[in-house]
Amino acid sequence: MSRLLPFFGFLLLVALFGFGIWWNTQHDPREVPSPLINLPAPAFVLPTLDDPTRTVSKASLLGKPYLLNVFASWCVACGEEHPTLMAEGKQLGIPLIGYNYKDAPEDAKGWLGAHGNPYTMVIVDRPGRTAIDFGVYGAPESFLVDAQGVIRYKHIGPFTPQIIARELKPAIAALAHEAQP
Amino acid sequence: MTPELGQLALILALLLALTQSILPLIGAWRGNHALMAVARPAAAGQAVFVAMAFGILAWAFISFDFSVQYVATNSNLALPWYYRFAAVWGAHEGSLLLWILILNLWTVALAMFSQKLPEVFAARVLAVMGLIAVGFLTFTIFTSDPFGRLLPMPGDGADLNPVLQDPGMTTHPPMLYMGYVGFSVAFAFSIAALLGGELEQAWVRWARPWTNIAWGFLTLGIVAGSWWAYGVLGWGGWWFWDPVENASFMPWLVGLALIHAQAVTEKRGSLRAWTILLSIFTFSLSLLGTFLVRSGVLTSVHAFASDPRRGVFILIFLSIVIGGSLLLYALRAPKVAHGKPFKVLSRETALLIGNLMFVVAAAMVLLGTLFPLIGDALALGRVSVGPPYFGLLFPLLMAPAVLLMPFGPFLRWGQGEPAVVKSILLRVGIAAVACAIIAAFFVEGQFKAMLGTAAAVWLVVGVALYAYKRWREHPRGRRYPAEMAGMLLAHLGVGIFIAGVLLSEALSATTDVRMAPGETQHIAGYDFHFDGTHRITGPNWSADQGVVTVTRNGKTIAVMHPQKRTYLRGEVQTEAAVKPGVMRDLYVALGEPMDAANIAGAWSLRLYYKPFIRWIWGGGLLMMLGGFTCAADKRFRLKRSAANVPATSGLVDTPRVQETTA
Repeated sequence: MSRLLPFFGFLLLVALFGFGIWWNTQHDPREVPSPLINLPAPAFVLPTLDDPTRTVSKASLLGKPYLLNVFASWCVACGEEHPTLMAEGKQLGIPLIGYNYKDAPEDAKGWLGAHGNPYTMVIVDRPGRTAIDFGVYGAPESFLVDAQGVIRYKHIGPFTPQIIARELKPAIAALAHEAQP
Repeated sequence: MTPELGQLALILALLLALTQSILPLIGAWRGNHALMAVARPAAAGQAVFVAMAFGILAWAFISFDFSVQYVATNSNLALPWYYRFAAVWGAHEGSLLLWILILNLWTVALAMFSQKLPEVFAARVLAVMGLIAVGFLTFTIFTSDPFGRLLPMPGDGADLNPVLQDPGMTTHPPMLYMGYVGFSVAFAFSIAALLGGELEQAWVRWARPWTNIAWGFLTLGIVAGSWWAYGVLGWGGWWFWDPVENASFMPWLVGLALIHAQAVTEKRGSLRAWTILLSIFTFSLSLLGTFLVRSGVLTSVHAFASDPRRGVFILIFLSIVIGGSLLLYALRAPKVAHGKPFKVLSRETALLIGNLMFVVAAAMVLLGTLFPLIGDALALGRVSVGPPYFGLLFPLLMAPAVLLMPFGPFLRWGQGEPAVVKSILLRVGIAAVACAIIAAFFVEGQFKAMLGTAAAVWLVVGVALYAYKRWREHPRGRRYPAEMAGMLLAHLGVGIFIAGVLLSEALSATTDVRMAPGETQHIAGYDFHFDGTHRITGPNWSADQGVVTVTRNGKTIAVMHPQKRTYLRGEVQTEAAVKPGVMRDLYVALGEPMDAANIAGAWSLRLYYKPFIRWIWGGGLLMMLGGFTCAADKRFRLKRSAANVPATSGLVDTPRVQETTA
């Protein structure tokens, strides 16, 4: 009997791993609760991609909700996400603002030219300094900011149609609902 | 076209692996010589095809074939050729291929050197090696194809993870895999022995050098990884108890136990079941280590991208290999203990205690590594245990092993003499205490540093006493056979290692400072003068490079150049500047500029003075050298007579006692 002990111990381990795999299909392993959720978005002033002399600030965007999508031409996962944004970006009902992260503007323009531009406007953070204030882990990453400038929802990694339907759209709907009364 | 050939080569290798595992097993069962004889050529053929696949992937990297997805994701036009070659194992798919290639190298070596083993046994051993290859090849072909195409072909690729663009990191995985895979030999021996129902002492003797070499490579791999973390991560640390580090550390610990258990079984015939169980554990943990980082079960800073399909495959594979072996063990392990009996005071007991401590420590590491998962399972939330848990428990568990180490060689097999133990205890004890007291004056009474000195002296004097005893009692040429010299080297390495760990932890000085060009900081008797930063460029990166001149009493010791590199795709990587020394390292890491617009201005810098830190890796390298030296012993070479005469003398007529373990 004692010779079976290692085997039973291993069965326990298998059960644990099985659980772990199941758990990870249910949860995003990178889902670290962001300390910024429900806190005001950091103040920023960044130039736009089209016209570097024109800047956009947090204050200038107040008044209506928007989705900030961190992307870069060097980011492979952004390429995966891109078709989804092209297809669904216009149907979100709120502006989709591209946040070009640690990227050369020419590269970003070329990339958007080649793959299409789903963004209402693109702002540029070449040194990635403002991104630190946002707590950006890497690209792609997206922030839903409400009319008062508060971050309400955050997604790390590429959006898929499923995630948009399951998480993003309900979050946008909740904002619209709040604005109603 | 060529990448498809690579895929084809892998499929052919899989077919040959199936041949190598199934036919010889049937042959061994039926006594069919022709079927058993298939094992060797099949193994050789499989190795050829896998090497071909590996070569094709390497060529795709060298020749910038970005139509291969894996190449496009892990290299680009600016990457130097040596990193393009190393990029072959820079991510999940290619590193699996490297694993298989190394498995094939070991299998071919085994096929070559096992000619003198009994035919049935050798056939079973090679078949088990083949089964492992089947699992890995299936995994690669069905879930992790490195030859997948990317169409349309991009003009340039992404980049090799910049943390891997370092000489230490390019050699780390192959060494680690040499170790992981090397343990498969002991595993295959044990499974073959369980299948055949007998484990000859002579076979264990023959298996020992393989285990020692594997363990030596694993040691080297871990040392290289630790050295890399120290130089590149910029935290000045050398071990972080990260899940991926733990994954390589667990087989190392159990492998260490296995080395010692094999010695007992080979010399005395006892602990057979335990040796078999340890062989299974060691290789199982190697598999676990390979897979833990790929399954997505654990999240770690350097985990590979995960995919639930891979996780499920891995789980099934582990269940078959490990579950199957443990079940086989439960059914077939030797019920009656063989071997010579031993008293409480004996070398066997000392080795057994050490063994248990290593295994318990590995279990402790496993528990800590899986703790986040257990937390999820029991709905405790995202919890993980870190250095506080490991840092407390590991030294506690290792303390008995360290305390026993000087006595091991002096104790006789079977029954030790209390008088010898007393005399050694007195001598190493007095030496350790005396040195700790002397050290206290130099380290201003810091307990950790004194403890480190005492422990190191305890071990080193133990080794020296034993070396002296051999010198005195044996004629020239027979004093230090390779096996013994290896043991002495490795034990010496442990002493050096402990001194390095405790002294550097106790005596290091660190400071995080803001420095403007021209400013000087003073730590631990050294003056660090910051001369500002400038821009430099490398083949595929640009960097802000700081210049720090270190002086002591006005004499210039070093001019150091810490860098903050930005790679082509925007990834930022620190390269700390290290001025190495036997007694101390000086270490400077560049933080952030105080004003992003003005990199010529003030920067945040991290300055370290790290005494004796090099002893940590020095000790590790000595342990590795010990493992390799042991393996060179002539005694381990198999003579045909030894293999074919069953039950070597002494084994048959000793009284049989129930084994105390397992």
